[in-house]
Amino acid sequence: MRDIAVVGIGMTKFGELWQQSLRDLFVEAAMKAIDDAGVDHIDSMYVGSMTPGLFVGQEHIGALMADYLGAAPVPAMRVESACSSGGMALRAGFFEVASGYSDIVLVGGVEKMNDGADVTYALATAADQEYEVYQGVTFPGLYALIARAHMHAYGTTHEQLAAVSVKNHKHGMMNPNAQFPREITRDQVLKATVIADPLTILECSPVSDGAACAIIAPIEIAKKLGKPVIKIIGTGAATDTIALHARADITTLNAVKQSAMAAFKMAGKQPKDIDLAEVHDCFSIAEICIIEDLGFTEKGKGGEFTEKGHTGISGQIPVNTSGGLKSKGHPVGATGIAQVVEVTEQLRGTAGKRQVKDAKVALTQNMGGSGASSVVHIFQKEV
Amino acid sequence: MPSPRYRREMPQRYRLEAAKCNQCGKEFFPPRLICSGCGAKEFETTKLGNTGKIVTFTTIRVAPDNFATQVPYNVAIVETDNGVRVTTQVVDCKPEVLKIGQKVKFMFRKLYTEGHTGIICYGYKAVPL
Amino acid sequence: MAGIVGYGSYLPRYRIKVEEIAHQWGRDAVAVKRGLMLQEKTVPGMDEDTITISVEAARNALKRAGIPPSEIGALYIGSESHPYAVKPSGTVVAEALGVVPEVHIADFEFACKAGTEAMFVAHALVKADLVKYAMGIGADTSQGAPGDALEFSASAGGSAFIFGKDDIVAEVLNTYSYTTDTPDFWRREGAFYPLHGGRFTGEPAYFKHILGAGTAILEKGGYKASDFAFAVFHMPNGKFPLTAGKKLGFKQEQMEPGWIVPLMGNTYSGSSPTGFSATLDVAKPDDLILLVSFGSGAGSDAFVFRVTDRINEVRDKADKLKDMLEGERFYLDYGEYAKYRGKIIMND
Repeated sequence: MRDIAVVGIGMTKFGELWQQSLRDLFVEAAMKAIDDAGVDHIDSMYVGSMTPGLFVGQEHIGALMADYLGAAPVPAMRVESACSSGGMALRAGFFEVASGYSDIVLVGGVEKMNDGADVTYALATAADQEYEVYQGVTFPGLYALIARAHMHAYGTTHEQLAAVSVKNHKHGMMNPNAQFPREITRDQVLKATVIADPLTILECSPVSDGAACAIIAPIEIAKKLGKPVIKIIGTGAATDTIALHARADITTLNAVKQSAMAAFKMAGKQPKDIDLAEVHDCFSIAEICIIEDLGFTEKGKGGEFTEKGHTGISGQIPVNTSGGLKSKGHPVGATGIAQVVEVTEQLRGTAGKRQVKDAKVALTQNMGGSGASSVVHIFQKEV
Repeated sequence: MPSPRYRREMPQRYRLEAAKCNQCGKEFFPPRLICSGCGAKEFETTKLGNTGKIVTFTTIRVAPDNFATQVPYNVAIVETDNGVRVTTQVVDCKPEVLKIGQKVKFMFRKLYTEGHTGIICYGYKAVPL
Repeated sequence: MAGIVGYGSYLPRYRIKVEEIAHQWGRDAVAVKRGLMLQEKTVPGMDEDTITISVEAARNALKRAGIPPSEIGALYIGSESHPYAVKPSGTVVAEALGVVPEVHIADFEFACKAGTEAMFVAHALVKADLVKYAMGIGADTSQGAPGDALEFSASAGGSAFIFGKDDIVAEVLNTYSYTTDTPDFWRREGAFYPLHGGRFTGEPAYFKHILGAGTAILEKGGYKASDFAFAVFHMPNGKFPLTAGKKLGFKQEQMEPGWIVPLMGNTYSGSSPTGFSATLDVAKPDDLILLVSFGSGAGSDAFVFRVTDRINEVRDKADKLKDMLEGERFYLDYGEYAKYRGKIIMND
């Protein structure tokens, strides 16, 4: 396989974007990425989106976006893996370029959640429809089940869960594309409306519209395009049981573990080599389990690790400098690529106020459902 | 829920019918075609016991449209006496009763109706013992 | 000789007190309680209906009968609150119990006596050797119109009886039915609440038919009231059954175990069947029990049962009525009650 790099990035603001349709969002992000890359054509495209069908009644969006980008007849395909659709779109594009089949591939993600659909119902399709959703459980509910089990098994406190939201908002304040770029306090998080005990609304990622795109190309082309070369040195993905009740251990996201192990192995890296990470904080407890299962800290210690500030911008391993899903927003299919946008900015040194000093190696982790799928990519700045 | 899908899941939702792998003994609810333990394809029909205990739980306060009038309602992962886990509501109890380890039994209840004119969807729910 | 081989009941755990309803409509709770001899009634949970109640009652009956469900050859549910207007309640229950597919099913309606008619037909099929076992269920979650007298009493609950010829718990010695076309209480298709003829529901309806059936079955069988250990009558309120019983010559003590209406309310098709179930919970071998139901429209079914030795073996195999009635329960205020009963106009 050839070495490949991220050569262009672009994203829309995330939020309630009433004036922009699904198509508008994707085209905006794609154009920004193409401009950023400075390429004059693309060979193929992958569009990650969880369920444009349920949100706006539109499927077939690979072809749709190729059409609206004016890129037809390039090959285009929609990639779906619930909330990890974006990360999986990158993975699909990665293999097409790394194999030598294509040179310049656009990987993007988009979701239009605010056009009047029953969002709770649409998101619940990522769970076991017949044996979880049928019983009335929701996504906040599933993660609340994980939270309570984690608190019972390891003594994790609600305050520690809240620390995740507080930190991510602190980071998001510095992100011009963030949906909620404002500070929140631990008290506000704890006292906010309860969605599914114990999780409050300030521990749940919001409902968002948005799109993000990246252009990937082989190293030779990347070098010619003039910007720092951000190589993708590892990709890993894995699955776990779709239903939370069928997991071997409710507090361990085995798909995260396995996908990370595969990516680390391919990259020849270990958790301690990572300078910053963008992870899937769909709910506060998710980030806690993820940093444990990625190997940044021991199982059960994720709450304490966060509370102590180790995942802040100047901490041991900055996590979600973009603001994460919580503050930046979570247009489901776009998230995986928005994570790529953030780490690319960081490794290029263009993250402004959010810049992590001397960032050289970064990790993105994107997850579907209650952890039934996970995809990890590792990026390294070529010097 | 469209009628064919509803009809197909009745043995599980109405009678808690499960399947046990003839080769390695792993039990599945609902039944499957391939054992995820050993890859075998032959199963024996079994039934989940009528009792179990709570492994973890929460109270749903924001629900999808077809459960909206029922909030707040409790949901838990219950481990039946034979070790199989299911996701289920826990009803007819005060929230304070919910705790990890609480013993429960399964009862036959309505899950939801499809509006005023659609079918009524039934299944199992847990009630504390 | 055919008879009951298993019996079981189910009552929801939710309740509402007479005071709560009286307060809502500006009525004098003390007067209502005195006049109706009623304290509180059962309320079905939002996830309960005649079908779920029937399943639980039937499961309890199966526990006592100790027979394989697949041997039940007929299953009839009598109710005036079947969840569907078209699609049987019986098939859902049969599927839940594992009685399908070799079984006769149709739903029964005859106001509050649909359950006892279901019992009569189940018994008759067994007696005629057409099926080995048959189940008759009386269950309801009937609605009382807001502000109407019946709102104080209309409640939810049900009982199931499995008939067979082997291992009988209570033999059926006599049956009788007394029926006329008397429109004392009715509900038209599409109407949400029933209507009734006020005081017309008393003498010309309830009493005429209960006393008609009761007197006839005692005569035909050559019985006196004192031959019976117990008597159970349909209980639209606390007063009517006691009055009817006394007119037939029964004493308060004979009616006591079955007189569960003060705490249960009127479970319509479940009323006298559940009173009968409560009576079986305390009956002794060789006791004679009289059961007379009443359904508006109007008619009464009467049965004379003789309890066998086997009652002592099966009684404790399932939940007893007294425990369901007096065990842990949750009291609702009128707002919660209205929400549970679907009395609030929703935006859909």
